[in-house]
Amino acid sequence: MTGRRWRRPVAWLPAATAALALFSFTTAQAEGQTPVVAKPRAAAPIDLTGYWVSVISQDWRWRMVTPAKGDYASIPITAAAKKVADAWDPARDGGTGARCKAYGAPAIMRVPTRLRITWQDENTLKIETDNGTQTRLFHFGAWTPGHAVPSLQGDSIAQWHLSRAARGQGAPKYGSLQVTTKNLLPGYLRKNGVPYSENAVVTEYWDLYTEKSGDQWIVLTSTIDDPLYLQVPWLTALQFRREPDGSKWTPEPCSAR
Amino acid sequence: MTPLMSISFRPALLVLAVMLAGTPAFAQVDLTGIWRNFNHEDWMERGGGSDPVDYLGIPLNDDGRERALSYNYSLLAQPEHQCGLNTPFYGFLDPFGNNIWTEYDEVTGRIIAYKIGAWLDKDIVTIWMDGRPHPSKDSFHPYSGFTTGEWQGDTLTTHTTHMKDGFLRRNAVSSSDQATMTMHITRHGDLLTMTALVEDPVYLAEPYVLSHSWKLDPTLTMPAVPTPCEPIAELPRMDKPGVVPHYLPGQNPFVNELTQMYNLPLIAVLGGPETRYPEFRQKLKDYVPPPICVRYCCGPNADGLNCIIDGSGRPQP
Repeated sequence: MTGRRWRRPVAWLPAATAALALFSFTTAQAEGQTPVVAKPRAAAPIDLTGYWVSVISQDWRWRMVTPAKGDYASIPITAAAKKVADAWDPARDGGTGARCKAYGAPAIMRVPTRLRITWQDENTLKIETDNGTQTRLFHFGAWTPGHAVPSLQGDSIAQWHLSRAARGQGAPKYGSLQVTTKNLLPGYLRKNGVPYSENAVVTEYWDLYTEKSGDQWIVLTSTIDDPLYLQVPWLTALQFRREPDGSKWTPEPCSAR
Repeated sequence: MTPLMSISFRPALLVLAVMLAGTPAFAQVDLTGIWRNFNHEDWMERGGGSDPVDYLGIPLNDDGRERALSYNYSLLAQPEHQCGLNTPFYGFLDPFGNNIWTEYDEVTGRIIAYKIGAWLDKDIVTIWMDGRPHPSKDSFHPYSGFTTGEWQGDTLTTHTTHMKDGFLRRNAVSSSDQATMTMHITRHGDLLTMTALVEDPVYLAEPYVLSHSWKLDPTLTMPAVPTPCEPIAELPRMDKPGVVPHYLPGQNPFVNELTQMYNLPLIAVLGGPETRYPEFRQKLKDYVPPPICVRYCCGPNADGLNCIIDGSGRPQP
């Protein structure tokens, strides 16, 4: 009767425990993605470098032109934010050197623009915009801000996430980029003066999709958390299409209007 | 069973059974659950609905534009149109969430399909994962179209064909029954982002791309099937045979509405592929916004803001 041995736990309990642990680990990973610890540039599972153009399919009336004063549609503003925005004066911003307040990290990716993405070094991905001539630096690895001075583009910490399917199968093929940005100067979420505060935190997920036609798209999922001026984190998604070269790259300065 | 098998391999079999019993069958990421829509983009479109002639940012060709301009909202009052359901693309336009679940093969345990639940006016979307081919192009076009999917890393990429003629915007900018849609569905923690790319040789000059995100919310309840609908004659004049509400070319009375309300040039209002790129702003250099917002100024989350949230022009407490 083999049942006697079957009821003895000693022989198989360690193996089953290990299996359960492995199962728990893999199941947990199925709901997220695993950060990569290799060198960032070499470890990039997706190639974001090149020229990209924003394709304005959403919120056209609030992105392609400056909307009317008091138009806060789609943004979950607080009463404090409304008070600030109701006092917006583009003439004042234009005259005080504050023309770039709508070009900070929480807003710049929604501006109609082209992106030029390059590696500044092995650990730093550089995102430039021609509209507003802004530069964002995404720092990988153990980078820490060397100063405490807030800035328009803040401090961005980046990490790759490999897809579960790509792990352990040679060169990674799929994945995404997560970026968290803090230490910001106050600015505008929208050009008509909808504010964000210096405590705003931007969390972004950059995904790359390739169509059968060969077209490539960056889809950027973003949340902006700012308890002072937003009732809940502002959740948006938008897209950029890859361009063959930089022939349409047209730098232009910030505009307050 | 040999004694060797019964003694030495049973533990291994148990381990294998434990691992297989709970492994998500051939899925990279768990997409199931109820995903809340916060409507933080295009709120007016998702809420009250867009203005009748607002084609901003849609890459329409001339035929698509004429088709849209011919649309008369009274069409929806006709009994034969009251209970129709929208195409799968409508999930990118409506204010509701997504209820996603899986269907398993009862024998193998494999996921054979993902289901995106229905709502008042949209059908269940079935994403077949079992490798079945799309039907012939002459096959029946159901409201839900026909969709297959495959994992590309942690992204579920789907391809939809056999859609009916349907809305690309709730003001009846339309896609034809020859349109196809590719979707990319990616989960990041408790966020779900979907990107749709609609290609239509009849009404679009370029693919129409739209992205949107939802957040996982286990407290939300959503129906799985469409709400029952019974058509009735709401307006006697609409129930007469041969009546088809429409506008003839050049006679749409709303064509200048956005120009009057928002100072936008008609060349932008009527859409087209060039209108959605940064360089189109060269044609908007003389744009001057209205002095102040007077309609649909706040929302969602407008409670307590004393803001105009609709077309009444009056602030709501």
